Amino acid sequence: MAESILKKRIGIEKEVDEFLDKVSEAGLLCKNGMNSYLQGNMDAFAQALTSIRNTEHKGDALRRSIEQDLFRKTLIPESRGDVMELLEDMDALLDRFTGLLWQFEIERPDICIEFHEDYKELLLYSVEAVEATVRSCRSFFKDINAVADHVHKVIFWEKESDKVTTRLQRAIFGRQDLRLSHKMHLRFFAKQVDRIADDAEDVSDRLNIYVIKRML
Amino acid sequence: MFAIFLTSGLFLGWSLGANDAANVFGTAVGTRMISFRRAAIFSGIFVILGAVVSGAGAARTLGELGAVNAIAGAFVVALAAAVTVYWLTTLGYPVSTTQAIVGAIIGWDLFSGALIDYGALQKIVLSWVISPILAAIFSALLYKLIAYFLQHARIHMFRLDALTRAGLLIAGIAGAYALGANNISNVVGIFVPISPFADISFMGWFKLNAAQQLFLLGGIAIAVGTFTYGKRVMLTVGAGITEMSPVAALVAVLANAVVLFLFASESLQVFLLGHGLPALPLVPVSSSQAIVGSVIGIGLVKGGRGIRWRMLGEITGAWVATPVVAILISFVSLFVLQNVFQQKTYIPVEYQLTAEAEQRIAASGIQTDRLTDLRGKIYSTASQFQKELSPRVTLKPREMNVVMSATEIDPIALTIQAVNRMNNPSITAGQKRAVLGLVGKAFTHRWQLEVALAEKSPEWKPTPGDKEQNEKIMLDLDYVCRLIRSTQ
Repeated sequence: MAESILKKRIGIEKEVDEFLDKVSEAGLLCKNGMNSYLQGNMDAFAQALTSIRNTEHKGDALRRSIEQDLFRKTLIPESRGDVMELLEDMDALLDRFTGLLWQFEIERPDICIEFHEDYKELLLYSVEAVEATVRSCRSFFKDINAVADHVHKVIFWEKESDKVTTRLQRAIFGRQDLRLSHKMHLRFFAKQVDRIADDAEDVSDRLNIYVIKRML
Repeated sequence: MFAIFLTSGLFLGWSLGANDAANVFGTAVGTRMISFRRAAIFSGIFVILGAVVSGAGAARTLGELGAVNAIAGAFVVALAAAVTVYWLTTLGYPVSTTQAIVGAIIGWDLFSGALIDYGALQKIVLSWVISPILAAIFSALLYKLIAYFLQHARIHMFRLDALTRAGLLIAGIAGAYALGANNISNVVGIFVPISPFADISFMGWFKLNAAQQLFLLGGIAIAVGTFTYGKRVMLTVGAGITEMSPVAALVAVLANAVVLFLFASESLQVFLLGHGLPALPLVPVSSSQAIVGSVIGIGLVKGGRGIRWRMLGEITGAWVATPVVAILISFVSLFVLQNVFQQKTYIPVEYQLTAEAEQRIAASGIQTDRLTDLRGKIYSTASQFQKELSPRVTLKPREMNVVMSATEIDPIALTIQAVNRMNNPSITAGQKRAVLGLVGKAFTHRWQLEVALAEKSPEWKPTPGDKEQNEKIMLDLDYVCRLIRSTQ
């Protein structure tokens, strides 16, 4: 019986790992998609959009399956609430990446060439922040002592992302030749990318509390 | 009549199941690692198995109630203990059923004028202190050790959850089996000699003797008690004293088991001494009190802020109330049953310093010169006889036991009917043959039967130093005497 219980747990462990892989994958797809958009390669952008949509669906399915298992099999009763919240938060990060690409698809922002590198750098930092959050999540399940190291990196990437956002906004609003509506549109996209890093930081803050609760 | 008497035993079993299952599954249910339903099912199955498989073979066949010499008295004593435990269970406090039984027996002792076992009372009081302290120390140490291991072992959260759950289930199952095996005699053991049941064979596969059938009934009563009323006490133990993590829940159960094994297991002591190893002292430890101690130990390791001291105070109050209330209920109920319902709640035990008794006392090294004026006189209760003894001689508790047992009048006439009804699996064929050889003989004192049996068969002869075997012989003799009385 203990063996069958263990097998079931190995199943859910795999699902959690796969789910976190999807979050990480969404970041990379989002980066590819935005790069393609900036290069004007709309075929590659459309492909990235399809891929990220599939990843989001798979991520949702995995999250639901994990949550159902958690409740149906009454697993980890003392941390169930925290783990559920964590999974929801990670799913929200995955959705943010998907949402960003969809906004590019719908709103088709006209990003001046001189801002391309800043946007790329900004997204890179947000993706790094999410990557570090994913690693801290994995540690939360496997090696609780290592969570703090990864959380530290999330904070670092979020700060870097803030710096780039400020710089980019200054540059956008420093341009006299752009209409205010255009400037505001560009700022909106800069903020959208930066928000991913902010959200990743919020998740890692909550994760810190879950760690303290588990240590008690 | 047997059925009516048995009801109080079954009620006691029900109360025991409702309260004591918390000792084994309380922390698992309190931390929601095992659902109450699942815990109750596993507990029920293994309590019944423990009762039928190991309970019937246990040496203490008659249980604590064996001290009560009339079946109506045993009925009241069991009822008093059951009502006490039931009352405290409804309030959600984990208490010791054995202590309630001992309290109820003291009520009977007071009512019947029998000797009060002050040693048993002392053990109860000691247990209130020793059990929680020992368990708290062990659980704190174990918790620290396991926490250190887990910090470095990097076990996945879900795998740790699975291992903890499996550990809680296995510990619970083992605890439930032990609960059934160790307590069943207290529940129905007293009714074994008067059981009308015949052996039942299940298509030749296996056989249930009369004692096992009674133990099965008692086991079912315990299981039903857990299922219908066990949740409240489980939640008190598992979540009422302090919040616990699942690992802490497992540590508490393990610490409880370790303390019971190290400090209350006579078999371990015999094993260690038999192999020339130093043995730990045997101390009175109650599982109900040890599990509370284990939980406190973990709470203290975590800084003590999470412990609900008020609840702990209430539980301690319940421990003290258990024997006191049982004494009161037992005494009052015996009075009512004897005087209102005209039932014989005890067989008066008379004491007489016969020539044989005097010889036996002198043989054990006690001076009998000052007792000469007591010769031949009959005393209707133990307390009366003791009153006469005390101005004449000063006896140590052990010496007093020798004098009392030597002078106790217990007329025993062995009949073939009594021998034919012997169905206790503890009695060997050799022992039965020895009893058969004494059919037709009558004895004034019980010890005379003891001596006669020892002469007939070495299986009735106590071996110096073999405490376990000697205790078994004494309990087997108890069973035979009770059986003879029930057929007289």
